[in-house]
Amino acid sequence: MKTANKKVTAERLVRDALEKAKHFADYNIFTFLNEEGAIKKAREIDAKIAKGEEVGRLAGVPYALKDNFLSREGETTASAHILEGFVSPIEATAVKKIEAEGAIMIGRTNLDAFAHGSSTENSYFGPTLNSHDKNCVAGGSSGGSAVAVALDIVEFATGTDTGGSIRQPAAFNGIYGLKPTYGTISRYGVVAMASSTDCIGFFTKTPEDMDLLMSITSGQDSKDMTTLPDYYNEDSEMSSLADISSLRVGVIKDFDNESVDEEIRGALKKKCELLKSKGCEIVELEMPSLKYALAAYYIIVPAEIASNLSRYDGVRYGFRAEDSEDLDGLYENTRSEGFMPENKRRIMIGNFVLSSGFYDAYFLKAAKARTLIINEYEKAFSKCDFILTPVSPNPAFKLGEKINDPVAMYLEDMMSVSLNLAGVPGLAIPAGKNKTGLPLGLQLVGPRRSDKKIIEFAKELI
Amino acid sequence: MKYTPTIGIECHVQLSTKTKLFSEVDNDARGKEPNSCVSPVDYALPGMLPRLNGEAIKFAIRAGKAMNCEINRSSRFDRKHYFYPDSPKGYQITQFYAPIIGAGYVELPSGTKIRIEHAHLEGDAGKLTHFDSYSLVDLNRVDTPLIEIVSMPDIHSAKEAHDYCKELWRLMCFAGVTHGDLYNGNMRFDVNISLAPEGAEKLGTRAEIKNLNSFRSVERAVEYEITRQTKILDAGEKVVQETRGWSDATGKTTPQRSKEEAKDYRYMPEPDIPPINLTDELIEAEAAKLPLMPVDYRKRFTGSINNDILEILLDYPELMRKMSEIDEKYIKSIANLFTSVLLAEEKSVEYLSSLPDAKDLNELAQMNEQKELSSTATKEVFLRLFDPQMKGRGAKNIAKELGLMQENDLGALEAIVDAVLAKSETKKAQDDFRNGEEKVIGFLVGQVMKESKGKANPSAVQEILRKKLS
Repeated sequence: MKTANKKVTAERLVRDALEKAKHFADYNIFTFLNEEGAIKKAREIDAKIAKGEEVGRLAGVPYALKDNFLSREGETTASAHILEGFVSPIEATAVKKIEAEGAIMIGRTNLDAFAHGSSTENSYFGPTLNSHDKNCVAGGSSGGSAVAVALDIVEFATGTDTGGSIRQPAAFNGIYGLKPTYGTISRYGVVAMASSTDCIGFFTKTPEDMDLLMSITSGQDSKDMTTLPDYYNEDSEMSSLADISSLRVGVIKDFDNESVDEEIRGALKKKCELLKSKGCEIVELEMPSLKYALAAYYIIVPAEIASNLSRYDGVRYGFRAEDSEDLDGLYENTRSEGFMPENKRRIMIGNFVLSSGFYDAYFLKAAKARTLIINEYEKAFSKCDFILTPVSPNPAFKLGEKINDPVAMYLEDMMSVSLNLAGVPGLAIPAGKNKTGLPLGLQLVGPRRSDKKIIEFAKELI
Repeated sequence: MKYTPTIGIECHVQLSTKTKLFSEVDNDARGKEPNSCVSPVDYALPGMLPRLNGEAIKFAIRAGKAMNCEINRSSRFDRKHYFYPDSPKGYQITQFYAPIIGAGYVELPSGTKIRIEHAHLEGDAGKLTHFDSYSLVDLNRVDTPLIEIVSMPDIHSAKEAHDYCKELWRLMCFAGVTHGDLYNGNMRFDVNISLAPEGAEKLGTRAEIKNLNSFRSVERAVEYEITRQTKILDAGEKVVQETRGWSDATGKTTPQRSKEEAKDYRYMPEPDIPPINLTDELIEAEAAKLPLMPVDYRKRFTGSINNDILEILLDYPELMRKMSEIDEKYIKSIANLFTSVLLAEEKSVEYLSSLPDAKDLNELAQMNEQKELSSTATKEVFLRLFDPQMKGRGAKNIAKELGLMQENDLGALEAIVDAVLAKSETKKAQDDFRNGEEKVIGFLVGQVMKESKGKANPSAVQEILRKKLS
């Protein structure tokens, strides 16, 4: 990634990025452009460079911030009406870490409100368009971030992945998108969707950039009790890739059927051939529990969503509905007007599965299914080093195609959510294009804490 | 008909940790502006995550050990959902499925054991103050650590309910886990009470009286409920299962306007806090920090201190700790000074924070025993020992400086007696005494005391007088 130096200033990099952002305004990528703030920061960095001071590994690199990360610049809205006007007094740990290395946020990117969705169509600010076909969705929920990187506006963008929200838009736009091992990057200061599956990650154009960002942002944070000690920057068996010819790569038989787009299956086969030519062994895996993943996910995640969204009540910050008769009215009106239909659907499902009398039948059962899935991945990784699968059953679909069919939309996530339930890492990698020119994507999956190895291995798949 | 009351009590104890349960904000909001002890976590900004306070875990272990409870090696937190402005997150973080403190018991002064079902850690809610057209929200109290102690229904009278609450309070204060200030809501009690015909196996329908904040109101509320429920049952009617509120002013419980049916809190495991796993070492280390508890003091002092006095002193952990340093032979007199002099003082609470050294108290008691100090002088010197400016000076020196030492030198006393007897105004009394009027001796002793400016030892004076007048 291009960093600033004496010849190419940070201000130049930032101005170029801002210009491109404006040029692609019709893609509806940004909810906020940080013109003033970004240029000011760029000048500070240039001044340091001129004086020969230390500027960090991301000096002057323009980046885009998914709008569910708290930062002091601009409003943090999560693309939701109910957070309109909310200016955060604090910044997310991840933001702090990348900005300490000199990266400059040029804008906040669009998402499905509160990251609920797989197309960025559920945004209060309207959908983001696909980088390769304006009639198609960007994918979601981190659609804005994916398109910002795919259109080369920025060097990288942040994302959150609760059930595929980084990997699927990365695949839809032909770039790299990593969902790290659960707990690798602090969630502090990121608007929560589902606490037990939320992961912070990035979109990049190369595996090398991904590695750099991971080495900067990984590590334990006292503000997030679920973070892991920094394994990423530690030399261990988990971080160094063995000789390629000794590696076994698993493919999941259960996904090799007509429910998955033919061209995507073709792309997967092509990559397998490539790996075989390099000496890898391809192992066929049966993972029958994965068929419960989507159902378990759409119970556990809405439950946590309903809970995490309880704080948006119009009492302390953000949007408050006017003219309510009493307290209940204030809650009802604020939340009815402030949430998008998909938010409300998930709140209702979540509250239903948690309500007394249904908890055991739904939530508890889903939690058990989750354990089965965790065990199944463990078993799988005793037979292979990585798993290579499609990210989604199809490439980018048309705008509006699935927005009124929630089940079809949820099926988008059928191959991505099991990773979140199991807490294992997955990297979306580009795998060519289909006949109509839309990108195809695959994901590389590894055991927990194998993030660095996955990124290394991805270089072999280019 | 005769009925047996069955009572179970839930008690919330605010823990006096330095910081809150899930944030690094000051946990002591006493005397502070509303909403001044609130972190972004307590305020529930988006993206904020709880950070569990390790001190609260240690306090909970100690509290549990003080109640002879099992400490669960593995426990976790859950979310309890409800919408109200006192709950910024929209849920309370509590322990519904796996509490930290397991079963145990509390032994009352009477010897009765009340079993503890379990106790769990949770965050407190904020405070609302209602006005005509608006309400004010103060979030200072949000996520102050609480332990909720749930008793088994082992209590069967108002007196027992009172004694149980008081004993819990003492245990928590002795364990040092709470400020124990009832007036400011540091401990709050919810009482479940039902009546069943004497000898019946099945319990009756219960009413819950919420948010009692003194032992006296617990006792009165239970008495009231027993009477109320007895009347209902005697009339052949049914007690309604409901939540009732208690008014100290009217001395009555009244149904609280509760929301229709039972609330559904939609409990869910708290995904932001990993399960708490405790090692035996940590539990033992915390248990070892527990000082002597009321039960230990009862064992130690029964016999040497009268029970009523002991029970009064047990309300003051500082005094009991001091008592344990007092020489065996002076325990009774120091206990008496504590109860009849110190606790009678208006500012006794302030005095508790500047207790004299045990060595001074021992010295004082010794002087009194050896008749170097009269009982009045002993009380005076005793109070002076609490004066920070007198610290380290010693009881004897203080008594001397104040000129309170008793005159025990017989030669000196005789001289004073002679001087008094030489006075014309005592002549009549002397004659009367010789004529058998026994009680005038008092007058003569008084005269000698006056002459000695109160320093003479009265019994020695009397002895000399009797000798001289015989």
